[in-house]
Amino acid sequence: MLRTLRKICEIGLISEPPPQPDELLRARAALDERLRSVLGRALCIRHVDAGSCNGCELEIQALNNPYYNLEGQGIRFVASPRHADLLLVTGPVAANMEAPLRRVYDATPDPKLVVALGDCGCTGGIFGERGASRGRVSNVIPVDVAVPGCPPSPLRIIQGILTAIGASHL
Amino acid sequence: MPLAKWWDQARQLPGAPRTCGLGVNAETWSQCAGDVAASGGRLLAMWASACDAWDNADTVEIDDIAGPAQGAQSARDGGSLATEAYAAFLTDRGVLILELPIERSGAAAAESTHYPGLEGLFPCASRMQRAMFDVSRVRSSDPDRRPWLRHPAEGYELIRVAGDGVHEIAVGPVHAGTIEPGHFRFSVVGEKVLRLEQRLGYTHKDIERRFMELPLAEGHRLAARIAGDCAVAHSWAYCQALEGMAGCIIPPRASALRALFLELERIANHLGDAGALANDAGFAFGLTQFSRIKEELLRTMSQALGQRYLLDAVVPGGTQVDVSAEAARSLASRVAAIGRESAQLGTIYDDHAGVRDRFTGAGILTPELARRLGVLGLVGRASGQPLDARVDMPSAPYDVHVPAKVVRQEGDVAARVAVRFGEIAESCRLAQALLASLPPGAHRTAVRAPPAGSFATGLIEGWRGPVFVALEAGPGGTIHRCHPHDPSWQNWPALEHAILGNIVADFPLINKSFNLAYSGVDL
Repeated sequence: MLRTLRKICEIGLISEPPPQPDELLRARAALDERLRSVLGRALCIRHVDAGSCNGCELEIQALNNPYYNLEGQGIRFVASPRHADLLLVTGPVAANMEAPLRRVYDATPDPKLVVALGDCGCTGGIFGERGASRGRVSNVIPVDVAVPGCPPSPLRIIQGILTAIGASHL
Repeated sequence: MPLAKWWDQARQLPGAPRTCGLGVNAETWSQCAGDVAASGGRLLAMWASACDAWDNADTVEIDDIAGPAQGAQSARDGGSLATEAYAAFLTDRGVLILELPIERSGAAAAESTHYPGLEGLFPCASRMQRAMFDVSRVRSSDPDRRPWLRHPAEGYELIRVAGDGVHEIAVGPVHAGTIEPGHFRFSVVGEKVLRLEQRLGYTHKDIERRFMELPLAEGHRLAARIAGDCAVAHSWAYCQALEGMAGCIIPPRASALRALFLELERIANHLGDAGALANDAGFAFGLTQFSRIKEELLRTMSQALGQRYLLDAVVPGGTQVDVSAEAARSLASRVAAIGRESAQLGTIYDDHAGVRDRFTGAGILTPELARRLGVLGLVGRASGQPLDARVDMPSAPYDVHVPAKVVRQEGDVAARVAVRFGEIAESCRLAQALLASLPPGAHRTAVRAPPAGSFATGLIEGWRGPVFVALEAGPGGTIHRCHPHDPSWQNWPALEHAILGNIVADFPLINKSFNLAYSGVDL
């Protein structure tokens, strides 16, 4: 126990300030300001892997490490789309995930935001749009913000999320 | 020893060391497989040379890139297509690959049987054979004919458990955490799991078909994206096959750098798991510390190598990036620090009664069961299976930089955690040794296009286990066929056994201790 406490004290607070939003990532017109201001205070994110290679998942997991500490900004990941304000979708949409992704989208209460992540989520990436790959996320559900990268860095992912909610107040 | 006679007939294949191929007929296919099983060998991979696109899955006749020209012709006339079924075995002497010519019929594909199934000898063959039908329309003689990768719109039959008080819990495909999609069906009495059935294939993206559209010189990019967390292992295995068939010997510096990247990938993933496992056991401190250490490693890699994750680090002929003397110093000091901190945190885990209580005895996979199920890699080493391709079939530089195998006998979550801690220490040692002795010279050389019809394999021990790639060249530097195989194929079915008799609430912990790839096997 003593060693655990000593380790915690020794490391101290290392969280870094979040990046600014980047309007270049926006894929469609922003939600009404009033709605965004409600969402922005305590945003709940549901992650959906629609066919990713799991590279993007590694960087999503990094969002809650002590350096990025996304939860410290009031933004947290939830276990059900019914609790979510924002869907963070990775991968080209695999044919077998098309119906589950639509159902997750329908289960998410309005108003909702969608951030497509990674080169695959933005364009279909190396898998393209053929055969069992349905390509970019916006082929299946509406997308507000698309963050390219293979995988995008945690800072870019946070920028994408902050852009989606227009969170200049953070 | 009966297996020796098959080895004597086999011909050496380029690429991975100690790998041989052998043409067989249906009878000798079964005999040889029986001899491999009897001598304690493992099934490494199964695939067929034909590969249909998803859109054409119901009509074999339309599209047969892989079959020979006259075969495709006769199929259009309503005849049959010539193709080959392959089975690769891992034996004491190396990898033995059987090649069985078969004819797949256009019309009666759904009913007919094309080759003898291997499920009776190697239980893990079942899913590979079901996937072979989905991808190649060739059918084994084994009874389970349910689709695996290509999900029907409805009507997939899970095996049900009936009886007083038995109920089912359905989980997925979309899971509660940040993980990949798959479906788990638990049959439960009270809290205890009576049966778990997995249904995967949700992230199936026609990767094998996609390979056939890419030039040989670009296939490594797709290979790295089969499972992003073991990108180095997959792309190295692909490049090893390509370089083997092209007769290309990579410079010593290139192989040392690849090994360095592979060990960094192993360390990064083990750090992530070591933290996540403690978190699943209710010890959030572990996740906080290990996710911090992992981030520090990724930042050092980003500075030294230009990439946080090494998805584009291994390229045909060598590596994309070189490591400067300064970068080598910063990597070495980071890796040394990780070794120290990981050992320190390991002691904290060991002394934590709550963590020990959750880890010990959870999700036991006995060595006997692990052997019978043909379990590979990290999960196998935690269940007394001392297999590690870096030691057993070393490619350079592992013939010089020999890793110590980390093996445990208990087969529980605690053993899988212990193997990870042991391997973090060992990989930190290896990475420092590699950095201290980086050979001078080029980090990349040219690879000329191999002749059409060349066949070669790659075998690299990734952090999950041995990653295998079989590659066949087409004309003009194209890929005729590429089959990548992740060890998760073998280890997923073992998870169905490890959970039996445990409580449902322990599944996330046990599942995480396996940490298998979804995309890596969904292809």
